[in-house]
Amino acid sequence: MRIKFERRAEPSRLMQILTPFVAVIVTMLIGGMVFSLLGYDGANAVKEIFFTPVLASYKWLDVATKSAPLILIALGLSLGNQAKVWNIGAEGQYIAGALAGAFVAYLTPNVQSPLIVLAMLVSGIVGGALWAAIPAFLRTKFNVNEVLSSLMLVYVALQLLSYLITGPWKDPQGHNFPQTAPFTDAQLLPHALPGTYIPPGLLIAFVFMLIFWLLTSRSVYGFEVRVVGAAPSAARYAGFTAARTVWSTMLIGGAMAGLAGILEATSQLGQINLGFPSNYGFTAIIVSFLGRLHPVGVFIAGIVLAITYVGGQVAQTVVHVPSASGGIFQALMLFMILAGDVLVRYRLRIVTNFSQTLAINAAK
Amino acid sequence: METSVAQLELREICKSFPNVVANDHVNLTVNPGEIHALLGENGAGKSTLVKMIYGIVAPDSGQMFWAGDSVSISNPKAARKLGIGMVFQHFSLFEAMTVLENIALGLDRKTSLRDLKTEVLAVLNDYGLQLDPDRVVSTLSVGERQRVEIVRALLLDPKLLIMDEPTSVLTPQEVGQLFETLRKLAAKGCSILYISHKLQEIVALCDTATILRGGRVVATCNPRNETSRSMAELMIGANLREVVKGDRRNLGDIKFEVSNLTLQKVGDFGTALEGINFSVRSGEILGIAGVAGNGQNELMEALGGEVLAGAPNVICLDHKGLGRLGPIQRRALGLGAVPEERHGHAAVSEFSLKDNAILTARTRMNMVRMSLIENAKANAYCDQIIKTFAVKSQGPQSLAGSLSGGNLQKFIMGREILQDPEVLIVSQPTWGVDAGAASAIHQAIVDLAAKGSAMVIISQDLDELLTLCDSLAVINLGRLSPTFKVGDVSIDEIGLLMGGVHGEQGSKGARAEAVNAH
Repeated sequence: MRIKFERRAEPSRLMQILTPFVAVIVTMLIGGMVFSLLGYDGANAVKEIFFTPVLASYKWLDVATKSAPLILIALGLSLGNQAKVWNIGAEGQYIAGALAGAFVAYLTPNVQSPLIVLAMLVSGIVGGALWAAIPAFLRTKFNVNEVLSSLMLVYVALQLLSYLITGPWKDPQGHNFPQTAPFTDAQLLPHALPGTYIPPGLLIAFVFMLIFWLLTSRSVYGFEVRVVGAAPSAARYAGFTAARTVWSTMLIGGAMAGLAGILEATSQLGQINLGFPSNYGFTAIIVSFLGRLHPVGVFIAGIVLAITYVGGQVAQTVVHVPSASGGIFQALMLFMILAGDVLVRYRLRIVTNFSQTLAINAAK
Repeated sequence: METSVAQLELREICKSFPNVVANDHVNLTVNPGEIHALLGENGAGKSTLVKMIYGIVAPDSGQMFWAGDSVSISNPKAARKLGIGMVFQHFSLFEAMTVLENIALGLDRKTSLRDLKTEVLAVLNDYGLQLDPDRVVSTLSVGERQRVEIVRALLLDPKLLIMDEPTSVLTPQEVGQLFETLRKLAAKGCSILYISHKLQEIVALCDTATILRGGRVVATCNPRNETSRSMAELMIGANLREVVKGDRRNLGDIKFEVSNLTLQKVGDFGTALEGINFSVRSGEILGIAGVAGNGQNELMEALGGEVLAGAPNVICLDHKGLGRLGPIQRRALGLGAVPEERHGHAAVSEFSLKDNAILTARTRMNMVRMSLIENAKANAYCDQIIKTFAVKSQGPQSLAGSLSGGNLQKFIMGREILQDPEVLIVSQPTWGVDAGAASAIHQAIVDLAAKGSAMVIISQDLDELLTLCDSLAVINLGRLSPTFKVGDVSIDEIGLLMGGVHGEQGSKGARAEAVNAH
């Protein structure tokens, strides 16, 4: 007996939309079971991870804050993923963007101008894009797989960050802690828009969601990206060049990650320290797929993943699950969405070995 | 020979796939030593039926008898054990290995290469087949590659040999040699199940024909008592429409000209193009014949703009040099192209028909404003294609991959033709397309030429080219023969050119000059 995958003639659109929801529910069930089997209170862990951040209003700002970088990065990644350009190194571009923005802050400790923050943001965007330009260059010139090169550059960025904050950029007044000098008032953005739970990053993410929506659904460029991803030969036939798509999607992905990085630094941390890298760049990959590569889906998925981030911390203190449990739930979710995708496109069939037995009899 | 017991008998075989019944209560009897044709359009269920006989697919119901005994064949190995051999349309050979090594790899039993070579030579000798066991496969012609597959099957001493569309890649001469081999084989008592949709061949070769349509047997007949036309009508279940070519066709001035197109080969098994020259007049249909893999794909990509030529003037449309322009600019100037592969090249299977219309028609049909696609215009154009070319579909939103081959090809041809191109280059316009759709496509090509467009048809189907084209050239190893007028050249001469005998000097060259002169 064996299991066979049979392609469905036409995947159901309803199921395609439902898959992410089913994936989240199945994740809760399996995650809860696993933690119960490990001797924790599984049901409560699920409750704390998925529901407390939604129900308790004092957690809302936390969720909104964490969702902003996830959404910004995932919007950029979704574009590349549609073209089947696999940028795994958004975390590195996120760090590079923050460092590039912080460099502006490092140069202007005494300048009082509202333009400083703007310059930091622009510098962050450029820094992220430049970091992503390296794998794009290697891929288009030497056909180096971007999965490997972009991922390895994450570790280069991490080393660069720790070098800078322990060396040249170290805060002279920082009691030898590995961190930059705190940003000045002119270099800071508020945690949240006055009187709301909305951090500036989330507002920017919302605007970008609309821009990406128009880009992917209506523009020739969005069409180009989809064709290159679905059928490279057809793309060539239609007059689209794959190299151009690799370059543009990598640069856009890097720019978005860089923007997320500098926004995080200037509106939340107020400096760069060793705690800055927080795996948003990796989690955004899950956000991108959970959101079905669609800008609106990504926005919602970003909030869901932010909930698990916040909820993971709550569960640590309340149910005493290990600190890795949030990550485990996030990874489970990615597995479930990918498995769901397979089942939407294929049906499972169990083939018995009945016919084989007959053949053996016939051969006798 | 015991004629009373059939070698193979199928009774009431049924097989369905999701959304389609491939075989519906099929009965088939193949007698020993008989050459039996299995005839039908694409999608009629021929392939599914032979796959069940060869054990690749299991039937849902029905019985199979082998020399009178009930059998169930669960895999190809079991089929070979019974004495069933199959030669597939697409060969499974390793290009970098020798003939002998390839044969050894496909064998179920273990034999030393030296013993195998003796056996292979004996088989080659018995059937008068020309093949050097020590040649590397990548250096073989398609006909020779097919012989490797045949030898592989013959080594099993089969009682039944299944041949799936064996002549689609052969030159006329190679077809003759294949038929001789098959007749010798049949004379020795081996049954042959011959799958084809080429009717003349079946009349020439087969003793019996079983005709399938929509998964059912619609007739079993003796091809010698039928005409090609009557069998074709049984096959498509309707009257065949003849392509109407206007009588008073005047060819205009030279519209499209290619001079000395030379391209390096890409990859180990690509073909280089060497000094390709031809010109097409307004209203003329030029056919480019040739055996698969002789540079047709490379030529197609160079003409369409997917690969750029060395200089602008290598490819000229109305005396404008297009050689260095990409596909978008070439289309804007009126050059349309339809590559051979429908799925993933001429169309994106996962995309809707609307998106596939945008793929090549967006500029010429004004679907883009300020870098944004106007969906209403795309939908309207898509509707127009569907209506004009009678494309069976659920409308612009249906996925290209859900259409049958013939319908998708009609859609693609429609998409290019309704843009009113000055030049249209089509590769294999009716490959794998049912007869009804094929005649509609042929008519559309003829009609477009009648409006004054220049047409270039690249095809391996010689019959198609001879009915459709005004002039003909043959491509072989990346070189194009001089252009002949259809009617001035015999099938034998074309066959020789396809096989690589170039008539540079002598009568053919002189005739070509005569054609080009007027």
